[in-house]
This record gives sequence, structure tokens and C-alpha cells, in this order.
Amino acid sequence: MRMLGLTSIVLAASLALGSAGHAQAPTAAPATESTTAASDAPATPQAAPADPTLNADGTQKVAPVAGKGQPVARAIGLQEQYSVIGDDGLWFHNWVLLPVLILISVFVLVLLGWVIFRYRRAANPVPSKTSHNTTIEVVWTLVPVLILLAIAVPSIRLLAKQYEPAPDNAVTLKAIGNQWFWSYEYPDNGDISFSSNLLKERNQVEAGQRYRTDADGPRLLATDNRVVLPVNTPIRLITTANDVIHSWAIPAFWVKLDAVPGRLNETTFEIKEPGIYYGQCSELCGARHGFMPITVEAVSPEEYAAWVRAKGGTMPGDEAASEAASNETAEANATEAVDGNAAEPADNTATPAAVE
Amino acid sequence: MTDTALSPAAHDHAHDDHHTPGFFARWFMSTNHKDIGTLYLIFAIIAGIVGGVISGVMRLELAQPGIQYLQGIAGFVHGGEQSFDESLHFWNVLITAHGLIMVFFMVMPAMIGGFGNWFVPIMIGAPDMAFPRMNNISFWLTVAGFVSLMLSPFVGIGAGTGWTVYAPLSTYGEPGPSVDFAIFSLHLAGAASILGAINFITTIFNMRAPGMTLHKMPLFVWSVLITAFLLLLALPVLAAAITMLITDRNFGTAFYDPAYGGDPILYQHLFWFFGHPEVYIMILPGFGIVSQIIATFSRKPVFGYLGMAYAMVAIGLVGFIVWAHHMFTTGLPVNVKMYFTAATMVIAVPTGVKIFSWIATMWGGSISFKTPMVWAIGFIFMFTVGGVTGVALANGGFDDVVHDTYYVVAHFHYVLSLGAVFALFAGFYYWFPKMSGKMYNEFLGQLHFWVFFIGVNMLFFPMHFLGLDGMPRRIPDYPDAYAFWNYIASWGYAVMGVGVLIFFLNIILSLLAGRKAEANPWGEGATTLEWTLSSPPPFHQFETLPVIEEQAHH
Repeated sequence: MRMLGLTSIVLAASLALGSAGHAQAPTAAPATESTTAASDAPATPQAAPADPTLNADGTQKVAPVAGKGQPVARAIGLQEQYSVIGDDGLWFHNWVLLPVLILISVFVLVLLGWVIFRYRRAANPVPSKTSHNTTIEVVWTLVPVLILLAIAVPSIRLLAKQYEPAPDNAVTLKAIGNQWFWSYEYPDNGDISFSSNLLKERNQVEAGQRYRTDADGPRLLATDNRVVLPVNTPIRLITTANDVIHSWAIPAFWVKLDAVPGRLNETTFEIKEPGIYYGQCSELCGARHGFMPITVEAVSPEEYAAWVRAKGGTMPGDEAASEAASNETAEANATEAVDGNAAEPADNTATPAAVE
Repeated sequence: MTDTALSPAAHDHAHDDHHTPGFFARWFMSTNHKDIGTLYLIFAIIAGIVGGVISGVMRLELAQPGIQYLQGIAGFVHGGEQSFDESLHFWNVLITAHGLIMVFFMVMPAMIGGFGNWFVPIMIGAPDMAFPRMNNISFWLTVAGFVSLMLSPFVGIGAGTGWTVYAPLSTYGEPGPSVDFAIFSLHLAGAASILGAINFITTIFNMRAPGMTLHKMPLFVWSVLITAFLLLLALPVLAAAITMLITDRNFGTAFYDPAYGGDPILYQHLFWFFGHPEVYIMILPGFGIVSQIIATFSRKPVFGYLGMAYAMVAIGLVGFIVWAHHMFTTGLPVNVKMYFTAATMVIAVPTGVKIFSWIATMWGGSISFKTPMVWAIGFIFMFTVGGVTGVALANGGFDDVVHDTYYVVAHFHYVLSLGAVFALFAGFYYWFPKMSGKMYNEFLGQLHFWVFFIGVNMLFFPMHFLGLDGMPRRIPDYPDAYAFWNYIASWGYAVMGVGVLIFFLNIILSLLAGRKAEANPWGEGATTLEWTLSSPPPFHQFETLPVIEEQAHH
């Protein structure tokens, strides 16, 4: 671990704080103090490299772009896709499913219109007595089978592609659902862990507390701590939950994976472009189900590495160099910090209070 | 479908000695299938009003971004100031109640309890159901279930688990008696349905009039027979699943608690093993009703009768092996997702056979567009729209992006609120003269259709757009980008509400001052046995069994 000494100091500080947070977890009392090394880091720029995603005053450097990675007002279709699998999914919906659905619906509508017009009582007073026609019955059984086969082939291919296991160089993100916020860990990058809460509106917070600004993102979608992920790198997403079932979803990545207590679910995706992407919890999880959004900031791999180090984590290359030196203390501290942070309560929207 | 002609002997049941019981005995201790059917229909209308008002509250809140009315309404219901979190929980209580009421206490009682009870015995030439007293207890258990559900918000904070009652939100996620009341309500409704299913199966297998072979039964009877089997096989699984919820909640078991070796996903498998057949339980009788109506008003026998009957059998069978398409995002292995994708799409084939056979029934017919026919044609198109989005959702790869969004809400409201409910209205107008002895008002019936049709499409079509754009289900407030289509949808609800008012106006006017209905108001196309009886039928019909003659029409 590079900068071992400095990181260890911060971690040691977090050891005490983290334990305190852990002890408070069952009562779920707001515990602003329980912020760990991760969020303290930018406040002490001399001790650790600055978080490359934040300005010096703690505000977000990168603001979201309207219509990218978030819902679009009056839209009638899927969100634009910014992951590799999303391109396939979008193509499958827009060029396979949608045309077939529209064609079948229009076909039925036209047939109905025709029989209504042609066989109304005024036009056809004497009904025929036909009640069988084997040929036509075989046709309308087999043609739908062929149409379904035409859908099934690309559909199964898409499924298979979604399940291609992540390669060894993938970045692992572990998303943990809690009532009602998400917490995150980066198991491949050392001891990074933080939780991510809905940012309330200015009129909903007390003076001095952090509230949502447009740089953070749209109402009900912006969070205090963004998930930072590298672009053009396979991401291995692992989800689980501490209490009830939640679901981690980013529509612009074509990703939705339930976070089930007692289980580790896994999927893979690869982000194509830097930017800010938003999602919401997608499984009913109690009162504030609609108020635990997901925010991902995709950055270049270099920025990601800088962010990881700013958060006190390690990149895979770092470990070989520092392993011998760091081993014992770092590991012990890391475990403690992770535990302490996972139970941060949702009320606490002012995590970087120290920064403000 | 087979034309039925009565032998002359069957016309002799002009017995007027009814011994009609007194009011209390007749309506509270009823063993008469027609009276019980009427009770079920009245019950379903009342439950439908409650469920519909709840959805009105939801659409009101969703009309604009932000929380406007929820806190006030929650305070009104619970009698006192509600905190923000309590009112958010109240939202979940609303969605849960809306779902459970509409599924278990509106559509099922109306379709099977109401029309099934009224017309299955008559259509097969039977004097009554096989087990009249069991029929009575079925109805009152359903009422008791509804009462239990309605009490649940007043014995605690209300059941906010969603109609699916997923564990562990419904176990350690929500303590207090409310959820127990809601679960008990499902037990009662389920027991009622199982008893009803046994009754229908026994009646249809044993009490058909001479000559009424299985392959001559009207398609509505076929649909109820298949539905009864689905109920019989699916509901015990639900009962088991929710009994385990009860013991997890109250008796220290851990079937669904991972901390002690249980598994929340087990609940979802059990629930959807019931839940998917359940959606066919709700729609199959509708298929039957629509088949009768299309044939009647086209003055043609149903095209491809055997194909129609066995398409429903196929839908019922395949419906039992596709349940996990409701669970595509729970982390199923890829092979499982592939199987459930493929199996689910298979259902489109028999469903397509039915759609095309209805159109072929009309083809060459001499169609009159009376109110029931207009509803039936509306059903065919709206069910097709709901069906094709079902094919889309069957694809596990696509479901990953729209699962638990408004796209799903749009889909199942197209097959239920525009499918099953259209079939219910069609059946109601079709059989109203028979049941009440009065004709409904044709103008109001047509007006009801058009206002309701425009309303529900305004209400539910924009939900496809919201879902594709990513709006999750079951949230009381949404990011501002979703405002526009939510606003349109809420106005759609208002239009639909006007349609429902026209419906009630029509019923009241017709019951009070409707023209007296003759035995067969629909003319030569109406060939099933109920049209051979007076309107309304005598208290006991077919004391001399009708004999169904062989028809050489094949």
C-alpha cells in the first residue's frame, strides 16, 4: 500500500469512530460521527490525495447531463443505453420486440375493423354456418410459433450474453440494500465502503445540513455519495441486503438485480461513457421504498484509480508492492471500518458535514 | 360450440309452486345457485367500489410530483396526525389493498362466484349446484375474508407488503397484527375458492343433462371447469406459503429467514406457483363469456369449438410451469431464465388461437352491435394489446430493464382492467336481462363503453412509456421527469370514473324502470339453455331435465 503511514493514521481514527457507529446500528440513531476514513479523506487533503470527483469545497465536480442516465420528460421509449449489454438490449426491444408487438396489434385491429364493417347485420343479413377450417386453424397455430421463434433466438442470445462471467480484471462493486439506503463496498479495492442516501430538498433539511443541488442531480435521484466506477472496464456487480429485499437498478445500464438478504447475486456490465447515471430501488421494501436512489458516476480508469486511493483503497497493482509492509494493521483496520460503515442510518443526509 | 335444442318435454316445467323462502332465509342462508350468484355479484360490485376508490386516491396523489394528499388521507383513515414515514407506509397499504381487493374480492367473485354460479348449472341443464350448502359457505367465507382485510388497517398500521406479500418484508419486516389480518383474509378467500372449485368440478362432471356431453358444453362452462381445476391445484400452494408466513411471524419458525437457514426466494417460488395460474383464473372465465357473446351476436356457432376448448386446457396446463418469469431479477441461473422465457412464450400460441377463432366466428356472421358485443370486441383488442406486452415481458433479457416498473403495471392492467373487467361488463350486460328480468338502457350501455374505453386507455397506455423510461412501481412520489404521463393517467382515471357512474346509473334506472325482458332478448344467435328459461328464471329450474339432441352440424 502506497502512503501506508498516512492511510493507517486515518484508518486508526476510523477504528474508534467505526466501532461507535457499529454499536449504534441496532437503534438506527443518526450518527454523523460514524463517517469513516472514506468521507473524512477529502477534508484532510494533506493526509490523502484529494477525491478527484469532488471540488475542494466538497461539491460534485461533474454535474449530470439532462437526458443522459436519467429519465426524460415525456419520453415514450427506453432510456438511452450507456453499457455494452444495454446496446444489445435496446436493439432487441426497438428492432425485434416493438415492431412485432405493433404489427400483431395492428393486424388484429385491422381484422376486427374488417369484420365489423363487412359482416355487420345491414351488410350481411344471413350468417354463414362455417365453424371449421382445418387449414386456417393450422396456419394460425404455426405462424405464431414461427414469430415466437424469431423472437426467442435473439432473446436467448441476449440472456446468454448478460450472464457471461466477469473476467479477472473486472472491478467488483458490492451493493448492499438497507431500509432505506444503499451501502457499497469495493472488495477488490481494499477497504472502501460508504453508504449512499437520498439528498433531501433545501426546504426539507435543517439549516447547515446538506441539501440537493442541481449539480447533485434531479429530485429523488440524487444521493450524497456517488458510486464511482471506471468506464470501459467490466464491472462485477454483487448485491445483497441487510434487512428485506431491495433491487439495484440503473435503467441506462440495462441492469436490475435484486438484493436479497442471505444471498449474493451477481451480474456483469460495462459502462461505455463517463457521466452520471441514476436509478431507484426496484423492489418494494417498506415505507421509504421510493426514496433510496442509486447514483453512479462513471469516470476514466485513471480517475477511478485516483478516487480509489483518495478513499483509502488500493488498486490491484498496489498490493504486490505494499503487501509485505502493510499486512497486519491494514487488514485489521479494514474489517473494522467496513463493519462500522455498513450500518449508517438513512436519516443522515449530511455525511460530509465536516466538508461543508 | 354445440347448438342445444330442447326436447318438447323440457318445456313442461311450468311449476309455480316455488316456496320462495323469507328474506333472511333466502339471502343469508341461501342454497339457491342463482341467489348465491346474485350475492356474489353484489359483493363484487361493493368490493370493486372500494378497490376503485383506493386507486382513485392513488391516482390523485400521483397526478403531480411531490406528496400532496397522502398525509391528510392517512390521518383521516387512522384518525390523527401521521408522520411522514407513516403516511409513506400508508401508501403501501393502499397499493396492497387495491391489489388484493381487485384480485380476490372483485374479479374472482364476479367471474366464478357470480356468473359461474348463475349460469354453469343452467347451461348444463342442472337444477342447481352439486353442493348447495357448500356453495353458501363459500360465499360467506369470501365475505369474512373481505372483512378481515378491511379490518387490517384499523388493528395496526395496515398491511403495506404489496399484494404479493413477499417475505421478509411481510415477516420480520412488518410486525403487528395488520399483516396477520391480511394473510388470514387470504386464507379465508382461498378456502372459499377451493370449496367453490370442488363444487363446480362435481357439478360439471356429474350433473349435466342427458345428451350434454363434455364436447357439447358451452365454452363458458368449459372455462369455469378449467378455472376450477386451476383453483384446486394452485390455492393450496398459496395456503401453504402464507401459513408459513404466519408461523414465521408468530411462532418462531424461519422458513423465509436467512439468518436461520431459511430463504426469502422460497416464498416467491411458492407464491408465483399459485400466482401465475391465478392470472389465468381471472381471465379464463372471461374468455368463456366473450365466446358466448361473440357467437350470439354474430348469429354463428363458435369457430373451432374444440380448438377453443383445448386452447384453454393448454393455457391452464402451461400456466403451471412458467411461474418464475415473475422472478427474473431475483438472481436465477441463466439456464432457468432461458427455460422460463421459452415456456412463457409458448402460452402465446393457444392465446393466439383464441383471438383468431373469435375473429373467425365473426367472419361471415351477421353482427349486431348491442352493448355486450361492443364490450366483447373491445375485450379482444385490449386483451391483444395486453397480451403482446406479455410476450415482451416473457423475455428475461428485456424484463431485466422493465421488471418492477410501470411497464408491468400497464401490462397487467391491460389484461385485467381492460381484459377481465371488459369481459365482466360484457357478461353483465349480456345476462342482466336474464338475471333481473329487465332490459338495460342500450344508449347508456354504449355510452358507458365509450367513456370507459377512452378512460382506461388514457389511464394505462401512458404507463408503458413511464415503465420504459424507468419509473418503478409502488412509489408515492417520482422524479419530475415522469410528471407528464402521470398527469395524463390521472385524468384518464377521472374519465374512467365517469364511465363507471354511467354504469351505476344504468343499473339503477333499468332495475327501477327497465322494459320487461323476454326469455330471449338476443334472437336466434343465443342458443344456450339459459335463453330457454323465462327472464328471470324460476326459483328452481329444470325440475324435469332437458334433453340435448344430437346436432348434425359438423
